[in-house]
Formats: sequence, C-alpha cells, structure tokens
Amino acid sequence: MSLAQSGVETRRRSAPRALSAYLRPQEPIPRRVYLGVVIGSAVALVALWCAVTYSKLVEPLFLPSPTAIGAAAVDLLRDGTLWQDIQASVSVIVTGWALAVIVGVPIGLFMGSFKIMEALAEPVVDFVRYLPVSAMIPLLILYVGIGTPEKIAVIFIGTFFQLVLLVADVAAHVPHEQLDVSYTLGASRAQVVRRVLLPATMPGVMDTLRITMGWAWTYLIVAEIVSADRGLGYLILNSMRGLFTDRIFVGLAVIGGLGLLFDLTFKWLHRRLLPWSPKA
Amino acid sequence: MAGPKLRIREVSVTFRTRRGGQVTAIDRLSLDVADREIVSIVGPSGCGKSTLLRLVAGLVRPSSGEIWLDGHTVTDPGADRGMVFQSYTLFPWLTVQGNVEFGPRLRGVPEAERREVARRFIQIVGLTGFEHSYPKELSGGMMQRVAIARALANDPEVLLMDEPFGALDAQTRAFMQELLLDIWQKTPKTILFITHDIDEALFLGDRVYVMTARPGRLREEVSLPLPRPRTLEITTSDAFVATKRRVLAMIREETAKTLQLEEAGAREQVV
Repeated sequence: MSLAQSGVETRRRSAPRALSAYLRPQEPIPRRVYLGVVIGSAVALVALWCAVTYSKLVEPLFLPSPTAIGAAAVDLLRDGTLWQDIQASVSVIVTGWALAVIVGVPIGLFMGSFKIMEALAEPVVDFVRYLPVSAMIPLLILYVGIGTPEKIAVIFIGTFFQLVLLVADVAAHVPHEQLDVSYTLGASRAQVVRRVLLPATMPGVMDTLRITMGWAWTYLIVAEIVSADRGLGYLILNSMRGLFTDRIFVGLAVIGGLGLLFDLTFKWLHRRLLPWSPKA
Repeated sequence: MAGPKLRIREVSVTFRTRRGGQVTAIDRLSLDVADREIVSIVGPSGCGKSTLLRLVAGLVRPSSGEIWLDGHTVTDPGADRGMVFQSYTLFPWLTVQGNVEFGPRLRGVPEAERREVARRFIQIVGLTGFEHSYPKELSGGMMQRVAIARALANDPEVLLMDEPFGALDAQTRAFMQELLLDIWQKTPKTILFITHDIDEALFLGDRVYVMTARPGRLREEVSLPLPRPRTLEITTSDAFVATKRRVLAMIREETAKTLQLEEAGAREQVV
C-alpha cells in the first residue's frame, strides 16, 4: 500500500499489481491477456500430457501418448471401422433428436401459448423428466427390442421432455405487448398466432434445437450400451473390453469433435436463417 | 358530426385478486374526446391510466359502463384504434418497412399500395433510408418512431399512446414530443395520450386531465389554451410553469394516497 502511495507504481507496472487487477470479480481483462492465457493453458495441458506419457511416468494402459492415439486413429480410419462407427452414431442421434423435435416443438409451443395445454401436459412432462434415461432401457427393450429402434428411442426420450419444456418456456416469454399490439393492428386470433407468436419464438426454438442436440450426444453411450455392433459408443465400450485405451481416447475425441461441429453448425444456421435475431 | 369521436361513459374496471379480494382499477370514469383532439391524462403510477387505454383499445373489458367510437360500442380490439406502447413492441423479424406494412397487409392491401403507404409514413417519422433495417439495428427513439408509423399506417380513428416516450432519455423524449406534434399537424388524428410526465401532458394536450390514485377517476381538468403549432420553448412560459406547479401539487397528493394504499395492503399481508 505504501509503495503504491509513494508513486512507485507509475514507474514500474509491477506484476503483482496487474494480477490483483485481474482478480476483481466480473471485471473485464484485456483481450490479449485472455487469449494468451487460453493458449497457454492448452499448451501446458498438452505438454503435461506429453511429459507424463513419454517419460513412462504413467502406464500407457491408463493414459496413452499423443502419438499412440494418433496411430490408433489412423488404424481405425484405414480399416474403415471409424467411419462406420461415426455413420452409425450420427444416424441414431440425428434420427432420435429429429423425432423429438418434430413431436416436441409443436407440443412445447402449444404448452407455452395456451394455459389449457400447459395444464393438460404438465403432469406427464413434469413426472417423466426426472426419470433417468437409463432406467427406461428395460421398458424400451420390452417395447421395441434391442435393435436400432431401441437406440433411437433412448435419444428420443433423453431429449424430448427437456425440449418440450424449453420450447414452452420460449413461447411463454414472447412479450405480451407484442401480441396486444397485433390485436390493435387488426389481427385476428389466428393471425396473431401465425404471424406474431410463431416468428417471435424462432430464435428461442433455434437455440433449444442446438442445446438439445448437445444433450443427444451425451446420451450416446447409454444408447449404445445394449447390444450394439457399431457406433462410437460401441467403439469405446468394446475397446475397454480389449484394454485398447488408445482407441477409447480416439472415440472420446471424435465424440467431442462432432459435438462441437454440430454446435458451430447450429450457430451458423442461426445467423443465416434468422439474421434479424438479437442472438445472431 | 354532432357527438364526440370517442365517448367513455361511467366505466369501471374491477379485478379479482388471487387472495379473493377485489381491486377497483377504474371507478365510474367518463370522458369525451372530440375529433382530431389531443387529450392527455397524467397521473401517479399505479392509478390505472394504462388500464383506461387498454379499455379503449378493447384489450380489457369494462366491468360496467360503455365506450363508443363514432357511435359504435367498443367490445373487442380493432384496427380503428391504433396503440403505441411504452415497451418496444416492434416485430424484430420484420424490417422497418415490414413493421409499418403489418396492418395494411393483414387487411389484404395490394403490395404496391402497401409499399406506398409505408414509404409515406416512414418519411413522416423521418426514417427514410432505414426501410430495410431490422429493429435490432435501431435506437430506442427510432424504434418508437417506427411504432408510431406502424400505428398511423393503419389509418386508425383514434391513436392510443401509453407513455410511448417513457423509456427514452430526456433529449430524445423532447425531440419525440415535437415530432409527434409535427406529425399531428400533417395528419391530424384523435389522440388519447397517457403519461406520468407533467410537462409532456401539458405540452401535447388540447385538454389535460389529472387522474386520482386508485380507484382511478379524473380528478381535475388542467388544460392550457396554448396556440398551435407549439414548440418546446413554451414550456418555460409563466402560464405553463404556474399550471405545472398546480399539477405537481395534485400528483404529489395522489401519490401519497397511492403509497398509503400500498402500505396498508402490505401490512394486511404481513398480519
């Protein structure tokens, strides 16, 4: 404190002082510093990984080296299984998610817009959304067997109920004055729904689609835990049985990468399809 | 052309509260507005001024009493009563032009005609060149100008304005008040204007009423016979300042009553 008061601070902007400035809650920090720390953190993480694996400090069984994982990825790509697994998983996820969207978005919009619909659907939705998806698997096997439909059903159940509630929330938060002003401009009830309520929900629904797609990816392992013969979840489970740790990491990296790719695609679509959206 | 344009007779609005009580928002209020007249109503917050406007718009039904526009009873919302709200109510997915065309489009006006109407009103509110901008690209003042153009493009019989400049900063608000009078000189409309800003009420209105605390009634007429066209300079004249002082005292009284009511209500909930 006495140092700062004596005017030394202007001569040398000392590191401890800068650090204390970065620790003020919610205060923005220079972009250069931010990016520097991001890159530094990533580099440090990879460096640490290399250090503990190449030095044989950690058994390859638990954590393979980057080159080992790269080699495993090349192998899996060469024999075509990785590509097969990706196709199988993506088609299960997209199908299950798309079904949830097709059924869930209209229900959500009705629930959020009409109190009577909310009352009608609330008991079911509020109850089922607390059930873990894995707990439904025995029932699903009983209903649709152990083939692809069961896997699609897991993704569907995992996303459907959350999606309905999120979309209902979006519809319920359309500003009431926006509906009122439409009536005073001469809109009928049907016109208010079609020309105001629906377009007003678009940015929120778009966001919900992106978020639920992310969740669909997190249910992949649960979906492929029952009698799968391909898929990224299967790749991971099967590699565990053979202790191919490097392949497990390949599977994880691909799942993470594809999830990111889908997320970015949705953000791009949002900007393209809804250029007017405040979120775009 | 004998009767008033808008006729509000002995209108009351009672709400039922969740706790089973009843709240009278408006109590036997009567008001006539002549064709092309600007009537402004100023009152403390929570006095039911917005409810009065929503009544005329048809968004709220009166518990008793009746409202006539051009001799027809008002029951539902309709394009003959345009409304401008305090909050930003532009449709964000439509451009400025799309917003202004919204009303005519609902009525099935052909595209060329619609475009011409939009062009005209966008010009009147001074936003030529912004036809293809989206609301997110506009400032608050510009959005309210579009909202006014959108209401006028429908050619309503009455324009209902619910604190339309309440969310704007002082300079923009002053600019908008002069702009509104300028628009009114070009396309005279019957306007019912609600505000809690005394200057705004006195400056805009042909007639000005002070509203009481809940239950809302018209307490007193405080109109100033100012010549038109008006500019903001007159808000510093002696007559204006003297009237403002009177209104200020009334509003203070009514606000005190509102606060007492609210305190009593809060105490009841505690007990």
